[in-house]
Amino acid sequence: MSDVSTEVKADTQLDLLVNFWRHFRTNKGAVYGLYFFVALVFVAIFAPLIAQHSPIEQYRDAFQQPPVWMDGGSWKFILGTDAVGRDILSRIIYGSRYSLFVGVIVVSIALIAGIFLGLLAGTFRGWVDTVIMRIMDIILSFPSLLLALVLVAILGPTLVNAMIAIAIVQQPYYVRLTRASVMSEMSREYVMAARVSGVRTPRLMFKTVLPNCMAPLIVQAALSFSTAILDAAALGFLGVGAQPPTPEWGTMLAESREFILSSPWIMAFPGLAILSTVVAINLIGDGLRDALDPKLKRS
Amino acid sequence: MLRLILKKLGLLIPTFVGVTLTSFFFIRLLPGDPILLLAGERGVSPERYQELMVQFGYDKPIFVQYLNFLIDLFHGDLGVSFSTKQPVVQEFFTLFPATVELGVCAIIFAVAFGLPAGIFAAIRRGKAVDHTVMSTALVGYSMPIFWWGPMLIIIFSGFLGLTPVSGRISNMFWIEPTTGFMLIDTLFYSDEQGAFLSAVQHLILPTIVLGTIPLAVIARQTRSAMLEVLDEDFVRTARAKGLSPFRIIGIHALRNALIPVVTVIGLQIGVLFAGAILTETVFSWPGIGKWMVDSIFRRDYPVVQGGLLMIAAIIMIVNLIVDLTYGLVNPKIRHTE
Repeated sequence: MSDVSTEVKADTQLDLLVNFWRHFRTNKGAVYGLYFFVALVFVAIFAPLIAQHSPIEQYRDAFQQPPVWMDGGSWKFILGTDAVGRDILSRIIYGSRYSLFVGVIVVSIALIAGIFLGLLAGTFRGWVDTVIMRIMDIILSFPSLLLALVLVAILGPTLVNAMIAIAIVQQPYYVRLTRASVMSEMSREYVMAARVSGVRTPRLMFKTVLPNCMAPLIVQAALSFSTAILDAAALGFLGVGAQPPTPEWGTMLAESREFILSSPWIMAFPGLAILSTVVAINLIGDGLRDALDPKLKRS
Repeated sequence: MLRLILKKLGLLIPTFVGVTLTSFFFIRLLPGDPILLLAGERGVSPERYQELMVQFGYDKPIFVQYLNFLIDLFHGDLGVSFSTKQPVVQEFFTLFPATVELGVCAIIFAVAFGLPAGIFAAIRRGKAVDHTVMSTALVGYSMPIFWWGPMLIIIFSGFLGLTPVSGRISNMFWIEPTTGFMLIDTLFYSDEQGAFLSAVQHLILPTIVLGTIPLAVIARQTRSAMLEVLDEDFVRTARAKGLSPFRIIGIHALRNALIPVVTVIGLQIGVLFAGAILTETVFSWPGIGKWMVDSIFRRDYPVVQGGLLMIAAIIMIVNLIVDLTYGLVNPKIRHTE
C-alpha cells in the first residue's frame, strides 16, 4: 500500500516541477532574473579565481583611482579604487558572498521559525494562537529597520547579529501567511479524512497540511530574500552591520560617503551591485508568484 | 460602526502593553551602564553613583521600574534625554513635524506620479508604456534608498549644482518654529526673502528619495486594480452608453480601483518610517529618524525607549484609522469582521 502511494507521489512531483517550469518560463523577466542570480552564485563561489586583487589589499600608489574609461583609469583597476587604494571590482565580487549568505541565512531562519509558529497558531487556535499572533503584532508595530537597528545595538554590531535581527523582524510575515493557509486547509475534506484515519497531530501538521501551504511561502521567501539583502546593506550603511574592512556592499557605501562628490564611482558601483541583485531576485519572485499562485497573479 | 471601533481598540490594548514591555526591556538589555555613560569621561564617585541610581530609580526591582515607567507614561512623561537634558516627549514633538513634512511630501509625490503611471500602464496594457512603467516600478521597488540619495546628490548637487546637499533650510535663514513645518513657517510666519524657496529646494531630493518605493508600490497596485476593474460589467456598460473614455477611466473605473490603492498608501506608513531613518541620515534631515539613529549610537536610553514607544503608537493609530476607513468605503469588509 505504502509503496504504491510513494510511487505515485514521485511521479506527480516531477510533473509538478515540469508544469511549474513551463509556467515560470513564460515570464521572460523572471528567466533573466534567474540567469543573473545563477551568474551571481557562480561569482560568489569562485570569487578568488575571478577577482584580480585581494578585497582588502591597499595599493599605496593608487588612492581613489577612477574606473578604466575615465581619465586616469587603468585596466589594473577596472572599476577604480577606493579611498585607501583597494580594488572596487574585487571588493564587489567578494561582497556578493556576503549578500547571498545574508539572504540564505535570514530566509532560512525566518522561514523555519515562521512556519513552525504559524503551524502552531493555525492548528491549535485558542490561547496558543492569541499569544503568538499578539507577539507578531507587537513586532509589526515597529518599523522593521528601526527594530533591527535596536536589536543589533543590543547584540553588538556584527554581520551575524544583523542577520539574526533581520530574521526576527521578518518572520511575522511567514507566521501570518502560514497561519492563514493552515486555517483554510484545516477545513478541507482531506484533512478531515486524515484525522478520521487516526493521523497524529504533528504528522497532520507537517506532512498533511504544510505541503499544501507552501506556494505563498515560497513566493514570500523570494521577496524577503531581497528585503534581507537590502536591510543588511542598510544596517551596514548605518555602521552596525558588517564591519570594515569586510567587503560587504552596504559597508562599502558607508565608508565612501565622504567621497561622494570627489570620487563618485566609489559609491556608485557597490550600490549598483545591490540594486541589480535585488531587481533580479524580485523578478524571480514575481515569476514564482505567477507560476505557483495563480490566485495572486497580476493580470 | 462604534462597536467595530471599540472592538479594534480592545485588540490594540494588549499589543500596546506589549510595545511598552518591549521598549522598556530592550533598553535594559543594551550593553553599558547608563549612569557611567551619563557621567561621560569624568567618571563619578561611588557616592554620586548611588545618588544617581536612586534619582533615576535604577536601584529598585525591575518590575517596580516598569510600573513607574507606565505611571510616568500615563502622565505624558517619558523621561529626560541623557545628552540634551530635555524631556523626551518635548524633543519628540519638536522634531516630529520635520519627519511629517518630509513624509507627507513623499506620499504626495508618490501618488502624483504613481497613480497616473499605473492608470496609463493599465490602459495601454502590454504596450511599450506598460512595459516601461512596470520595469521602472520594479527598479524603484528594489531601490536601496541609502544609495539612491547619494546618487541624486552627486547628479543634482554635484554636477548640476541645483539642490543643496543637506538640512532643511539654508543657514542664511533663521526661522523661528511656529508650526514646526518649514514650508508653512517660511510662507506665512516669516518675512525673510527667499526662505520659502530655500525650504522647497532642501525638500526636493529627500522627497524623491523617500517617495521612490511608495511610488513604485502605488504604480503597481493601481495598475493591477485598474486592470481588474476595467474587466467589470459596469465599465462595459459605460462604454456601451458611449461615455467618453476620460469619463469611463477617470470616474467610473478609477473610483472603484482606488479602494485597494488607498489601503496600500495607508500601510506604507511603517515602510515610510523605516525609509525616513535612512533618508534623514543621508540628508542630515533633523527629524525623528535621524534622532533615533543618533540616540542609539549615543546610548541615550530614555530617548530610544520613548522614541520606540511613540513611533509604535503612531503606527498603530494610523493602521487603525486605515482599517476603519477601509471598512467605511468597503461594506463587504465591515460585515465580515
